[in-house]
Amino acid sequence: MTKHKSKRAPQQPIRLVFLGLVGLVLLVVILLQGVDVQLFNPKGLIANEQLKLMVLSVGIMLVIAIPTLTLFFLFAWKYRESNAKATYDAHTRRGKFFVFSIWAIPVIVMIVLASVMWSSTHRLAPQKAIASDAKPLTIQVVALRWKWLFIYPEQHVATVNFVQIPEDTPVRFEITADEAPMSSFWIPHLAGQLYAMTGHANLLNLMAHTPGDYPGRSAEINGAGFAGMEFTARVSSDVSFDQWVAEVTQSPNVLDMSAYKELLQPSENNKAAYYARPSTDLYATILAKYAGSHNHVELE
Amino acid sequence: MKELLLGKLTLHDLPHEWFTVAGTMTFVLLAVVVIIFLTYTKRWKWLWKEWLTSVDPKRIGIMYFIVAGAMLLRGGLDAIMIWLQQALSSGSSHGYLSSDHFQQIFTAHGNIMVFFVAMAFIFGLINYIVPLQIGARDLASPFLNTLGFWLFVAGVVMVNMFFVFGGQYAATGWLAVAPLSGTQFSPGVGVDYWIWSLQVSGIGTTLGAINFIMTILKMRTKGMTLWKMPMFTWGSLCSMIMAVTVFPLLTMTLFLMFFDRYFGAHFFTTTLGGNAMMYTNLIWMWGHPEVYILMLPAFGVFSEIVSTFSRKPIASYTSNVLGMIGVSAFALSVWLHHFFTMGSSADVNGFFGIMTMFIAIPTSVLVFTWIATMYKGHIRFTVPMLWFLGFVGLFAFGGMAGVLLAVPPVDFQLHNSLFLVAHFHTMVITGVLFGIFAGINFWFPKIAGFRLNERIGRYSFWCWFVGFLMAFVPLYVLGFLGATRRLDHYDASTGWQPFFIMAFIGGLIIAAGVILQLVQIIASFIEKRRLIDTTGDPWDGRTLEWATASPPAGYNFTTIPEVSSRDAFLEMKRRGLGKPAYEDIHMPRSTASGIYISIFAFLAGFGFVWHIVWLIVVSMVAMVVCVIRRTFDDDLEYTLTASEVEKLEKDRRKQIPASKSHTDADMDEDMGLREFIRIVLSWALDVVRNKKWRTR
Repeated sequence: MTKHKSKRAPQQPIRLVFLGLVGLVLLVVILLQGVDVQLFNPKGLIANEQLKLMVLSVGIMLVIAIPTLTLFFLFAWKYRESNAKATYDAHTRRGKFFVFSIWAIPVIVMIVLASVMWSSTHRLAPQKAIASDAKPLTIQVVALRWKWLFIYPEQHVATVNFVQIPEDTPVRFEITADEAPMSSFWIPHLAGQLYAMTGHANLLNLMAHTPGDYPGRSAEINGAGFAGMEFTARVSSDVSFDQWVAEVTQSPNVLDMSAYKELLQPSENNKAAYYARPSTDLYATILAKYAGSHNHVELE
Repeated sequence: MKELLLGKLTLHDLPHEWFTVAGTMTFVLLAVVVIIFLTYTKRWKWLWKEWLTSVDPKRIGIMYFIVAGAMLLRGGLDAIMIWLQQALSSGSSHGYLSSDHFQQIFTAHGNIMVFFVAMAFIFGLINYIVPLQIGARDLASPFLNTLGFWLFVAGVVMVNMFFVFGGQYAATGWLAVAPLSGTQFSPGVGVDYWIWSLQVSGIGTTLGAINFIMTILKMRTKGMTLWKMPMFTWGSLCSMIMAVTVFPLLTMTLFLMFFDRYFGAHFFTTTLGGNAMMYTNLIWMWGHPEVYILMLPAFGVFSEIVSTFSRKPIASYTSNVLGMIGVSAFALSVWLHHFFTMGSSADVNGFFGIMTMFIAIPTSVLVFTWIATMYKGHIRFTVPMLWFLGFVGLFAFGGMAGVLLAVPPVDFQLHNSLFLVAHFHTMVITGVLFGIFAGINFWFPKIAGFRLNERIGRYSFWCWFVGFLMAFVPLYVLGFLGATRRLDHYDASTGWQPFFIMAFIGGLIIAAGVILQLVQIIASFIEKRRLIDTTGDPWDGRTLEWATASPPAGYNFTTIPEVSSRDAFLEMKRRGLGKPAYEDIHMPRSTASGIYISIFAFLAGFGFVWHIVWLIVVSMVAMVVCVIRRTFDDDLEYTLTASEVEKLEKDRRKQIPASKSHTDADMDEDMGLREFIRIVLSWALDVVRNKKWRTR
C-alpha cells in the first residue's frame, strides 16, 4: 500500500473555486444590467403562471439538492487522506435504514413534484380556453418560409411578422404551416411555444395583461432563414386595437390567392406587412392542402 | 454515360470553398505525414499485423481512443466556430459564416461528438476494461468486435467525406428532423452523408453491443456471479442491452428516411399521407436512450473510482446496481419529453413528464451511494477523483435543469432555447466526457504501463471546469433571455452579445484544457521511466483488471483467476497471490475480414450518397462475398502451449526494472508546464542544430 505525503495545500484550490464562482455570479449580474430577462418578465397570464411553476419546481428540487451537495463536498473534504483527525473505516456496513432512505427520499420528492406537475400540466394546457368575461379573439397563424402570417378571421385583416392583440382578452392562436418545415411559435413574454406543422392546427391560448411590444420568433430550426423569422407582438388597449384594425382594413394590399402564392415563395428577414380582406377560406384551404392522405390538392 | 459512371458527382462537387479546401488539405497533409512516417520507420507491416487486423479487444480499445481523440479535436473546432459566429453576429454584423454553413457546422458538431467521440470513447473503455474485469482472455466473438470497430471507422470517414466530395453536410440539426431533412427542403447530398455515416457506424454499434452482452453474460470467470460483477461491467451491460434495444430503431428510421429521399416514398413527408411527427417519435425513441447508453458506463467508471480512491467498497452495491438498471428501464419510456411542444394532450405530456421525473430517482440513488462511499473513507485527491468531484458538482445542476424541463408548462418556455442546450451539454460533458477522462486517467497505467502526469492533469481539469462554467452558465442565462438555439444572427437590442462573447471565451478555456490533455500525455511519455508501473496495481485497486501486468499480455491472464467476492482483487491481495500455474491458452487469430467488409460498406454508402448504382451493386456483392468467405475460415484460433506462456512471462519480467520496487513516484515531482516547455524547446533546438530528430 502506498502513501504519498502531499506538499500541496488543498485549501488553496477550494478558496479559488469559491472566489471564482462568486466572481462568475457577479459578472453575470453586471452583464444583466439593462437586459430584458424575458422569461422573468412575463406580460401575460400564461407566461406568469409558467414562471411561478418554474420557481416552485426549482424550490422543491433544492430541498433535496442543497443537502446532497453539501454532504457530498463536506465528506470529500473531511475524509481526505491528509486529515489525521477523520476516522477511517474500510468496512462500514450499511443498514436497512440507509438503503430504505436513499430510495425513499428521492421517491417522496419526485412524487411531490410529479403531483404539482400533473395538475399544472392540465391547468396550463395550451389547448385549454382561458376563462374571461371578454370575448375571445381568434388569430390564425401560418408558418411560411421564413415568415409568420397572421389571419384575423373575424376582423378580416391579415399581417406578416406583426401581430396586435388587445390586453386582458383571451386570444386563441390556431397554428399551422404551409410549405415550411416544422417551426415553433414562441412569444416568451406571453406564453410558451407550440409547433407549427403542415396539415395540423395546434391551439395556443394566451392572455396579455400589459401593453407593449414583445419579440416573437420561430424556436425550431427550419432552414436558411431561421434566424430572421422574427415578429413583433403588440399588446394594446381595446380602443387602439380597434383603431389599428380599421387602419389595416384600409390597406391597399389585399390578401387574395395570388398575393398568398407570392408569400409562399421563400424569403428571409421579412419586414412587417399588412393586408386587408384575406380570402375567407384561406386558412381552411391551407389545412385541406395536406388533409387528403392520397391526393395532393394544388392551390388554385 | 457520365451519369452511369459517377451518378450525381460532377467537377463542381470538388472542393472550392475555403472550408472544404482547408478540410481536404488537412486530410491530405495528415495522410502524407502518416505515410512518410510509416515508410521511414518501416512500420507498415507492423501496423497491419499488430494493430489493424488485431482482434485483441485491448488493441481495438486503444484504436477507438485514438480515433475518438482525433474526432474530439475535429468536433471541438466546430464548437469554437459556432461560438465565434454567435459572439460576432449581432445587429449589423453578420459574422463570418453564412446561415447555411453555420447550420451544417452545428449539425456536424452534434453528430461527431455523440457518435464519434462519446460513443467511441465508451466503446474503447468497454473493450479494454470489461474483459479484464470479468477475468476473460478475449471476447465471445472477436471477429464481430473488429467488424464493429471498422464499420465505426467507415462512419467516421463518411462524416468527413463531404469536405472532399460535395462540400455540404446536413444543415438540419443533429437528428435531421423531418420534413426539413426531406428532399423538398434539403435537396443536396448533405442529409445523405448524414444517413450513411450514421447507418454504417450504427450497425457497427449494434454488432459490438451484441458481442459485449454475450461476453459479459457468458465469459465471466469462475465464481463471478452477476451480483459479484464490478460496477463498470454492470454499467456497460446495462448500456449494451439498451443499445441492442434501440439501435435497430435508428437503423429502421434511417432506412425509411432513405426510402423517402431516394424513391420518393412518403413515410415522413408532409404530403400524401406522410407523417413527420412519426419521424420525431422514432428518432427520439432511439435518441433519448442513446444518452443513457453513453452515461451508464461512465456512472460505472465513477463508482469504481470513488470506491478505489476512498479505499472502501461501494456503499450498498445492490442499490448502486439497481440504480443503473432503473435508469436503463426508465430511459426507454421518456422520449416524448423531447417534444412536449408538439401539441399532445395534457394527459400524454403529463405521463411522459412523470416518467422523466422518475428517472431522477435511480440517478439520485447513485449519487447517494457515492456520498456514503466517501463517508469514513480515506480519500486520495488524484486526477480521476478530481474529475469525479467536478462531475457531481456540475451534474447535480444539469440534472435539476433536466427535471425542470420535464414539467411540460415550463418546458414550453425553455424548449429549443439555449437553456436546453446548456442542460444537455452539462449532462453529456460532465456525465460522459468527465467520466471518460476520469477513466482514462484511472486506467492509463494499466493500458500504457506508466501512469499519467498528475500535475498537468490537474491543470487540464481546472481548465475544463472553469471553461465549462464560463461557457455554459451564459447559455443557461441566455435561455431566460429568450434566446433560441441554432441562431446564426440576432438583433443587437436583445442584449445577448456579452453572454455569447463570455461563452466563446469559456470555449477557448476548454480548448486550453484539451491542449493540456495532449501535453499531459506527451509529458508522461517523456517521463515514462519515472512513472512506470511495475506492479500492475498502481492505485491499490480492487477489481480483477489490476491483477494483471501493466500492460496486460495479449491473453490477459496467465492463470484465469477464481473469484469469491465482489472486490475480487482486493480479496486476492489479502489472501496472497498464488504462484502462477501455466496452461495452454487458445487465442483468436487476427483477421482482416472486418476491414474489407467495412471498406465495401463505406463504398456502398458513398454510392448511395451519389446515386452511383454500379458501385452500390458491386460493393454489396463484395460485402456478402467477404462474409461468406469468412464463414469458411476454419483456422480461427492458435494455441500458446504452457511452456511458451512460461517463456513469454519470464521474458516480460526481465524487462521490468528491478531497481524500482514500487510504482508511485511522488506525484508532486511530476513535471509542470515550465519543465515541459523547457524539454520540448531543447529537443527542438537539438533537432535544428544536429539535423537529427531522434537524439535520445
